[in-house]
Amino acid sequence: MTAEQVLAERVAAPARRRRHPLARFFRRHPAGAAGLVVILVLMGVALLAPWIAPYDPVANDFRSMFKPPGVSHWAGTDAYGRDVLSRVIFGARTALLIGFGASLLGATIGAVIGVASAYFGGKTDLLVQRLVDVLLSFPIIIVALAIVSIIGTGIDKLIVAIALSFVPRVERVVRGSALAVRAMTYIEAAQAIGAGAWRIIFRHMSPNVVAPYLVMLTASLGQAILLESSLSFLGLGVSEPTPAWGLMLRGAAVDFATRAPWMAVVPGLAITTTVLTFNVLGDALRDALDPRLRT
Amino acid sequence: MTRYVVTRLALMLPTLLTVAVLVFILVRIVPGDIVELRLVSGGSFVTPGVIEAERERLGLNKPLWDQFVAWMVGIFRLDLGLSMWSGNPVAQEIAIRLPLSLQLAVMASLIATAIAIPLGTLAALHRGRWIDQVVQVISVAGLAVPSFWLGILIILLLLGVFGYLPPLTFTPLLDNPRANLAQLIWPALAVGYRYSAVTTRMTRSALLEVLREDYVRTAWAKGLGRQVILRRHALRNALLPVVTVIGLEFAFLIGGLVVTEQVFNLNGVGKLVVEAIGQRDYTLIQGLMLLVALGYLLVNFIVDLLYAWLDPRIAYH
Repeated sequence: MTAEQVLAERVAAPARRRRHPLARFFRRHPAGAAGLVVILVLMGVALLAPWIAPYDPVANDFRSMFKPPGVSHWAGTDAYGRDVLSRVIFGARTALLIGFGASLLGATIGAVIGVASAYFGGKTDLLVQRLVDVLLSFPIIIVALAIVSIIGTGIDKLIVAIALSFVPRVERVVRGSALAVRAMTYIEAAQAIGAGAWRIIFRHMSPNVVAPYLVMLTASLGQAILLESSLSFLGLGVSEPTPAWGLMLRGAAVDFATRAPWMAVVPGLAITTTVLTFNVLGDALRDALDPRLRT
Repeated sequence: MTRYVVTRLALMLPTLLTVAVLVFILVRIVPGDIVELRLVSGGSFVTPGVIEAERERLGLNKPLWDQFVAWMVGIFRLDLGLSMWSGNPVAQEIAIRLPLSLQLAVMASLIATAIAIPLGTLAALHRGRWIDQVVQVISVAGLAVPSFWLGILIILLLLGVFGYLPPLTFTPLLDNPRANLAQLIWPALAVGYRYSAVTTRMTRSALLEVLREDYVRTAWAKGLGRQVILRRHALRNALLPVVTVIGLEFAFLIGGLVVTEQVFNLNGVGKLVVEAIGQRDYTLIQGLMLLVALGYLLVNFIVDLLYAWLDPRIAYH
């Protein structure tokens, strides 16, 4: 089920008005709606990258290195003569793949652990929560870096590393909601008719913590893209020649400053715009789904 | 009070031990170690004997359990071991880089606070009007702009517009404050802006809450001036949650330093983290993780103490 569908159901259920739930979301949260549109456009760009991009993003062309923005290269070229605009367009694929992959994986693992921890309670819960406490005392990027140091770099590993670094945060929030669900009579009823622990966790508790799960998921999207670009920038993320925004900003500081300042501008703008829209959408969705989580 | 302080400090030990155990397990479960990385990856020919001797020297040939015991015993003797890459004591590697990062963190935190409190106050006082909107945009943007990009833009701007490049070598603050600040102010700005975002939001919402309180209405009714009400009645009481956020953000500043030190080529703890991970320097990674955890615990502790000082109703026993 997509975020919009769940959102639609949630918003529609108590109101029973004629207006389409999505229309309501658009009316009440214009900024979030604008964010949604921008993200759809971005997804379109990522999907259609091979048709939109004017050049091959990984093709070196040593006759046109460090070309400033002009008619043939709208955003200029880099040290290998690669078209910056084409690399930014293809970079959207990397960013969105890692952003969605890591957020979905991390939020899901976190939510399952959170619900399970709340259900089992007692010593299990205590142990899990102390572990989470320890992990929460590290900035996310440090956790992600530590995991990268263990499993290595590359897109697939980056998704895992970023996802795992989100787990403690999601776990804590979802567990909070799950504790309330745990106390409901229908859980007791399920136990009484002999339902197993995991059946209760997945069939009875999980559906009732979908709101915090979705909120954490959308809040993670922008963060994941920011993390990916930071790690790639540090040389511990996506590796050359894969087009990735953070990677495009890496290591060429001297080139930026002296010869090709345009190389720094477009990829950075791409990161900022994307993270900004995901954050705005996430905030709007949080307000719509679960205003209590507002900070 | 003394008893509270001692108890709190003692309670840090189990957490730090958990970190030590966790980090050790995580770092050591992977195959492929630093000796291979350092000796073999250069493409040069080394005999297996050399590799074995190096493993022997670093203690990597011992059973994992023995390595673990050695690491734990070392911690209790405040000995973090030798860096596997440079061979110097881990504590020394960290100590020579700590002053720079600590100063940068303090400066960034000060800048963040200097941005956040006025902006947050302004937004709360003009709630719903255009000033509020502008402040919201500034703080939302702060969370979206990568600090390394902001750093690059600052360098570009300084060089392109003013033809100025900040000094590249680090001068300790006490040796030459001018040169020191001229170098560190730019990275501090890049990090500080990002970290101001959450504090701005917190200041705004905390102040909005306090402004609704009865005693603020009373103060208005008494005919007190706007400034007095804001300073003596509202801001002081709104400070508590704001201080918490500033403290938490400070504890997490190392996350921002990791990337920013790279941009400005500063040889601080953040850069050390990246290097240690790139080189699989286990002992150094372990030491750095312990340091980050310790920093977090200490900052939290100080924030709690600040509470009691800011709000006399809170007393610790």
